[in-house]
Amino acid sequence: MKNKYSLFSLVKNAFSYHENWEKAWKDPEPKKEYDAIIVGGGGHGLATAYYLAKKHNMKNIAVIEKGWIGGGNTGRNTTIIRSNYLWDASAGLYDHALKIWEGLSQELNYNIMFSQRGVMNLAHNLQDVRDLKRRTHANRLNGIDAVYLNTDEVKKFCPIINTSQDIRYPVLGGTLQKRAGTARHDAVAWGYARGADEMGVDIVQNCEVKGIKRNGDAVEGIETTKGFIKTKKIGVVAAGHSSVIANMAGLKLPLESKPLQALVSEPVKPIIDTVVMSNAVHAYVSQSDKGELVIGAGTDDYISYSQKGSHDIVEGTLNAILELYPIFSRMRMLRQWGGIVDICPDASPIISKTLIKGLYFNCGWGTGGFKATPGSGDLFAHTIANDEPHKLNAAFNINRFVSGDLVDEHGAAAVAH
Amino acid sequence: MFVINCPYCGEREQSEFKAGGEAHLVRPKQPTELSDDEWAEYLFMRKNIKGIQFERWVHTHGCRKWFNMVRDTSNDKIKAIYKMGEKPPTK
Repeated sequence: MKNKYSLFSLVKNAFSYHENWEKAWKDPEPKKEYDAIIVGGGGHGLATAYYLAKKHNMKNIAVIEKGWIGGGNTGRNTTIIRSNYLWDASAGLYDHALKIWEGLSQELNYNIMFSQRGVMNLAHNLQDVRDLKRRTHANRLNGIDAVYLNTDEVKKFCPIINTSQDIRYPVLGGTLQKRAGTARHDAVAWGYARGADEMGVDIVQNCEVKGIKRNGDAVEGIETTKGFIKTKKIGVVAAGHSSVIANMAGLKLPLESKPLQALVSEPVKPIIDTVVMSNAVHAYVSQSDKGELVIGAGTDDYISYSQKGSHDIVEGTLNAILELYPIFSRMRMLRQWGGIVDICPDASPIISKTLIKGLYFNCGWGTGGFKATPGSGDLFAHTIANDEPHKLNAAFNINRFVSGDLVDEHGAAAVAH
Repeated sequence: MFVINCPYCGEREQSEFKAGGEAHLVRPKQPTELSDDEWAEYLFMRKNIKGIQFERWVHTHGCRKWFNMVRDTSNDKIKAIYKMGEKPPTK
């Protein structure tokens, strides 16, 4: 049993100069065999392991990570959490996650700094207005909080926005989800890792998967840089590298991996206390607790695993930011980076069994997977443990690309894809 | 960001081009005969290779012509460029 984090433990450890904190998770060598192996130690993978152990009593399991946990897209996203998706299937999926987020710090005994500061989505033309109103109604029918704001209400909620009607893409209105917000992305990975480790899950870092061994139509184990590990169930949560793992098993996925960029500014005093997204001009911004503006850019249109994006993408985003927020014109950007996102043709994820027995994929989250981390882990764990999807992820099966029953959130999800 | 040597216009910045995805996907000759699985394969399933990939590009802000490229997707290094209809390089 791990020591509980509390004010008392903080004071106690202060007396030993914080040098004797218990390790949050061990760093074990892999065993010869596990009941299940999760490939990918990001937020989704660690959450999957956590819920497998917690809700399905599968404790002889491992998370295999090629780098360090949370070092991929978990540490590269812009930390936005919301559930205002158009379609019923998506609304169910993302709001399931949002409900878990609301109690996650307490459940994990780890401060993930979940902040329900609201997410506002702007409309810049008549079609945006119609789409956002439609989505607001759809959200409310699904029990998701959403309101439509006119231009004055947008200005009142976020006073630094330029609502002049003379700009190239004037703000005509927007939607607001107040339960939405942000969380500290690293803490999510660390909190789930600590929780999973406590229940006996092996978190194996610096261990890359090199092959998937099959016996006919079933999996037998994985080849890794630390040797062969036997298992009957493999859950792949490898984000941008999902296709690479799928190819090892002789599968093809409907994915394209592309660089997605983000950037942060120098830290400044609090200036924006919410998250503002704009689909049409492709700019979204929030402010971290350190004071940096966190800005998300778009994806490049070519396939790449290089974790670098093009400058013209960043330039386009900053142009839009400056038009909407002239106050930021003299801000300097501190850091810029790219992550590799796996995009499905319908911009919805895959949480699914495959034709190979014991091989499961959780992928295709594209540009917006962070918000779903707890729900994704919970539903993927259910799918792996029962060999059947939960009703909330049944629509996100891989077979939808054959049946044509797509969950077409492209452009409908209030997000700049 | 990289420089692309358009087979018609010469070297230009990548931002002038649009990527068109995997190359040499042949449209089925008898679409009416296709099963759902075969349609899914043609429409959606992609190799999405990390490494040497054959792909299509178009010079959107130039000659607007399509061409093929061989590129290492792990580091964005371009290995070869050839026109539509030409045979892909074998090495």
